[in-house]
Amino acid sequence: MKRAVLLLLFLAALAFPVVFTLPFPRHVMIMIFLYGALAVAWNILAGYCGQISLGHAVFFGIGAYTSTLLVAKGQLTPWLGMAAGAALAVLVSQLIGYPVFRLRGHYFAIATIAVGEIVQTLVINWDWAGGARGLFVPIKRPDSVVNFQFHQSKAVYYYIALGLLLLALAVTRWLERSRHGYYFRAIREDQDAAASLGVHVAREKHRAIAVSAALTALGGTFYAQYVFFIDPESVFPLSLSILICLIAVLGGVGTLWGPVLGAAVLVPLSEGTRVWLGGTGKALDLLIYGGLIMVIATLQPAGLMGLARRFRRAP
Amino acid sequence: MSLLAVAGLTKRFGGVVANRDVSFDVRPGELVGVIGPNGAGKSTLFDLITGVLRPDAGDVRLDGRSILGQRPDEIACLGVARTFQKLRPFPEMTVVENVMIGAFQKTSDVAAARAASLRALEAVGLADRAEAYARALSTGQRKRLELARALATGPRLLLLDEVTGGVDQATVPALVRLVRELHARGLALIVIEHNMRVIMEIAERIVALQLGEVIARGTPSEIMQDRRVIDAYLGEAWRA
Repeated sequence: MKRAVLLLLFLAALAFPVVFTLPFPRHVMIMIFLYGALAVAWNILAGYCGQISLGHAVFFGIGAYTSTLLVAKGQLTPWLGMAAGAALAVLVSQLIGYPVFRLRGHYFAIATIAVGEIVQTLVINWDWAGGARGLFVPIKRPDSVVNFQFHQSKAVYYYIALGLLLLALAVTRWLERSRHGYYFRAIREDQDAAASLGVHVAREKHRAIAVSAALTALGGTFYAQYVFFIDPESVFPLSLSILICLIAVLGGVGTLWGPVLGAAVLVPLSEGTRVWLGGTGKALDLLIYGGLIMVIATLQPAGLMGLARRFRRAP
Repeated sequence: MSLLAVAGLTKRFGGVVANRDVSFDVRPGELVGVIGPNGAGKSTLFDLITGVLRPDAGDVRLDGRSILGQRPDEIACLGVARTFQKLRPFPEMTVVENVMIGAFQKTSDVAAARAASLRALEAVGLADRAEAYARALSTGQRKRLELARALATGPRLLLLDEVTGGVDQATVPALVRLVRELHARGLALIVIEHNMRVIMEIAERIVALQLGEVIARGTPSEIMQDRRVIDAYLGEAWRA
């Protein structure tokens, strides 16, 4: 039953660009996939391992900047840049991990905010990388997979974004079923008790953030190749870190599908208000997010997944 | 050679001395009881042995080698398992998943860990609750869960912080029987216990603490006749 529903959803996702040929619906779906993938990646560290990061924009920005710098300065294909960005994000995540994983709970979250702000400030002042002005991805024609640029139609972006989301989900599923998935959850529940049973808590946290950072960086590269312009304000902001967190929390943390569900609800809301209200409505989506989060936190702390579970249990 | 040797352990918290010059040892397969009134430093002693706390002075040796400065997970991997006085299950995980965290020390295969965990739950009489969430368990069941979790790590030495504390009277005999079975199978144990009848019955040797210091050590019958233990802990009734 569940398998059949998933297969149906997958086929529908594959067929979507064939049915909807206008750019806007495709764009909304691409954003759902991208933010869904980011939230799924965040969920590995925060939802399963219990380390609430509010600095994930760091890894997103690293992905975007690494590939863009390699394209602009080294004429390398963004695909290589994507791999390099993920590798760099893993490296940075390990360095960040040493100090911040010593902190627990709220203090950890606050420290990750600080790290995010520091990195953003550094990039703003890094002139070689465009500083506060940002970077353009040099436009290349014709469209080609090697150049990771598709100006004629959004269909290819659509499938790449879908691929990113599926990759993040597959990695999460694999972790969930491995020893490390169990360790992550034990650390979330009580890290001292986990240590007393022989779990190397620090090493497992480093593992969780490495996977999470790599997947987040892939999303950053995709964003750069989709929008063709990045600056510290668009790829390193605290608001992005918070948005990723909100999506996962709304959908349900610590579950495989929760973050996807959250993205499927929040992204159309944000894109919709943007289109209907234009620039004047810029903050409206945030107001709606805020309201939704309050409702969810009070009525259903397990997120939409908790709600779904409750319905399933009811006769 | 002794399995565990505790030598001159001292731990201060600000002005309070939680443990002062505590020494004793545990031989392979031995069951040592630790008694003492509230605040005597019993749980601190467990935290020092398992690496949760660092002593200000003294040494802890396992198989003659110092384990001082090792992390709790490293000490657990050396074969020292423990339970907590304030029970610490993983509430949002199922009972069998709780135990699997311990079992992963012996195998990294998930299916094998699950099978081993079910056996450990069988041994403590909690197999019928395997798929329940740990948060749904009663205190007595949580005690069994912690025991199963610790056993699943395959320890050589098990530190039990209050086997019968907070458990209803009907459950006490079953838990005591369980501890005896483990001991009979050759496992070495250090047991903190408030129920004097229980500890006198199961321990081969007893260490009595008061205000962080060892005031007596010996067989249960020696301890029962020790003046200082009677004054500090047992009370007048025991003298008769």
